[in-house]
Amino acid sequence: MSFTKNLIEGTNFDHKSLNALQKVTLRSVVMSFLFYGLVALEGMIMRMVEVGRVPGNPVPEQFFHPDHFFSIMTVHPIVGIFGSTYQLVFGAFLFLVPYLTKKPLYSVKLANWTWLLITLGTALAWMAAFVWQYAPLYTLYWPLPADTSQFSAIGGVVFIIGVALIMFGTFGFIYNIYATIFARVGVHKDKTMKELLISGFGIDGLLNLMNKLRGKPPYTKEPALALPVVAIFRGTVDTFLDAVVILGAGILVLVFLLADLSGASWDVSAIDALLYKNFFWWGLDLVADGLVLIYVAGSWYLLATLITGQKLFMENVARAALMLELLVSWMVWSHHLLGDQGQPEMMKLISGEMVTAFELLTQGLALFITLVTLWKARPLKMTMELKYLLGGLIGFGLAVPAAIIQADMGMNRVLHNTQWIIGAHVHIALIVGLYMTLYSAVYVLWPIVTNNTKLYSHKLSNTHYWLHLIGGIGMGAFMGMAGLDGMLRRHLYVDGQFNPDMIFAAICGSMLLIAWFVFLYNIVMSVGIKGLIGIFLPAEDKTASYGIEDEIEPADDPAFAN
Amino acid sequence: MTFTNSAQLLAFHWVAYSIYAAMIISIVAWFGYNLTRKDAKSVFRIPFYWYMAFLVAGGVGHHIFTYNTIPWVSEDIDRHNIKPDAVYNIEVKNHKWKLPTKQIVIQCEERVLFNVKSHDLTYGFGLFRQDGSMVMQMQVNPGTPNDILWTFNHNGVFNMTSTEYSGPHQYSEDGEDLMEVKNFVKVTGCKEGGLKK
Repeated sequence: MSFTKNLIEGTNFDHKSLNALQKVTLRSVVMSFLFYGLVALEGMIMRMVEVGRVPGNPVPEQFFHPDHFFSIMTVHPIVGIFGSTYQLVFGAFLFLVPYLTKKPLYSVKLANWTWLLITLGTALAWMAAFVWQYAPLYTLYWPLPADTSQFSAIGGVVFIIGVALIMFGTFGFIYNIYATIFARVGVHKDKTMKELLISGFGIDGLLNLMNKLRGKPPYTKEPALALPVVAIFRGTVDTFLDAVVILGAGILVLVFLLADLSGASWDVSAIDALLYKNFFWWGLDLVADGLVLIYVAGSWYLLATLITGQKLFMENVARAALMLELLVSWMVWSHHLLGDQGQPEMMKLISGEMVTAFELLTQGLALFITLVTLWKARPLKMTMELKYLLGGLIGFGLAVPAAIIQADMGMNRVLHNTQWIIGAHVHIALIVGLYMTLYSAVYVLWPIVTNNTKLYSHKLSNTHYWLHLIGGIGMGAFMGMAGLDGMLRRHLYVDGQFNPDMIFAAICGSMLLIAWFVFLYNIVMSVGIKGLIGIFLPAEDKTASYGIEDEIEPADDPAFAN
Repeated sequence: MTFTNSAQLLAFHWVAYSIYAAMIISIVAWFGYNLTRKDAKSVFRIPFYWYMAFLVAGGVGHHIFTYNTIPWVSEDIDRHNIKPDAVYNIEVKNHKWKLPTKQIVIQCEERVLFNVKSHDLTYGFGLFRQDGSMVMQMQVNPGTPNDILWTFNHNGVFNMTSTEYSGPHQYSEDGEDLMEVKNFVKVTGCKEGGLKK
């Protein structure tokens, strides 16, 4: 097939053969990867600025200006976390929950609203930074987001509306997930709400374990919900709480900005900055230490069972551990406040250090269960999904201990707010750990969601894999080294003070950017431009499920399934 | 074993974490290779409870190790009961410091309390060596006390700046850090390898 024909037609992708559920999933995925490209580009711009005004640096002078630089830094995590990661995860889960529970999605229409709202919200937040250079960073430390002597109030309002839209989209996702899980149709027709709740929280796994220890028969041999659905159920609790907190903080900022626009001058010191910081980090940390870790553990279990075709090792322990993770994730936020001297020491010790250290256990357990499940099924073919899964395990194997190290009152004194945190921990966790896990899911789900579309090139898939893995680990490592040399994470360096670390980080960062181009090219050549556009056209087949024969639409309005 | 300053701690940390990173990458790579082999046998078996015990020991042991080897941990927790040798009150407003003196001179092993008050935004307070590496830092929140007790065990001249982002007004249009105070702290009287002569 010629290049042009491939580019336009793809391999054998037929968007008309996709049902409503497949299409809405792919819409989220497409938007996610477009935002990923944007976030990679933003990251590279910032990295090149940190390389400094050295000969040959192609970054235009305007990016070295603090207003511009910190505007990019503000939207970089918004686009990355919400625009890209949330969309990819939400898209995948809105497909997986109906697929695994063998029930239709509660509402395809709501799923469409979810990706639309998140896309629109991310775009608005990005515009606020681009047009008005609103740059309080994602941390929104009080009273900076309401500081109209540094930022435009209109820019702030647009930013907050953008973030609010993202959160509304998130609420839509949450509602859809729970409505699907709790719908008493299909295989769950005879289940009670109590049974579904017990299974959702992983309590059945705990009861099975306790019964085993007491020599009694298991509480249930067939749990109501599959383990990955339990992880989605549990992680979504944190997604909800996190959205409530972010929305709450947004309303607070919005009220002050609107007051400023109306000519009133409200006293920002009426809000206690440290209390606000606690509130905000409690919610924000539910993303990092709650839903991400739980969703990832669930994804590992799913991928391990799909790749091996075997039952998960120690499934009851895994179920019970997911419940434990619920409690742990609510109590660890103080590790973000170890450098705050007003924070009570007991909170630093218990929440910041001790409970946080529990995450080594929960994530270590997920790693162990996944590895043993794979090991017991050997020999396995080294498929793309397996490769990416192993990459994801490496990512968290590196990033979680890095987190435990820095969540310590001694280490935090010299690591807090440095590039170590954002490089060795955050970027490796996200780019290597999370994204490689998600790429594994993409490769597993690809034939299911695209009706067996042939991938354009396996060589390109491999190229993408190695560039992403080496680039991701390398960038995180060099950022981490710069952090150990004293480089701050939310600081502007324009003279290349931390070269050559930043030069090497930029080289690795460009590998990530190239990896994204390679992946995108491979996907576009597989589905074709026609197919890509077709994904966004209404589905002819309104089915809201996959792989079941009798279709039941749980949404009250039949029009939902379009 | 005691780390007498952050440079020693960070150097140790660099080596320890690099070894760990190389190890975990190698293990997963080895694991991946063996997953594809039919005749692969376990080199060693890790009993589940030993593995969990190892994780618990790692998580808890790390904090016990740092508590016993990093002097500023116990000092920080107990700082309200320790009488400092000197107290320096610093204020900050509109990205400008109000300092007690242009340069603070500290004798080796003196315990110094820095008390920083913000009148508007959330800032940071950090000291850095001339090579850019960090001596220590804390957050500076408006409305709550921000005090840090520090014992200086090594000679040096340290720059100070805000370690928390407080808006673009911290910088000039060209990107220069306007809150950086060069040579703010000078420590004298220590031996070459640190501690009092």
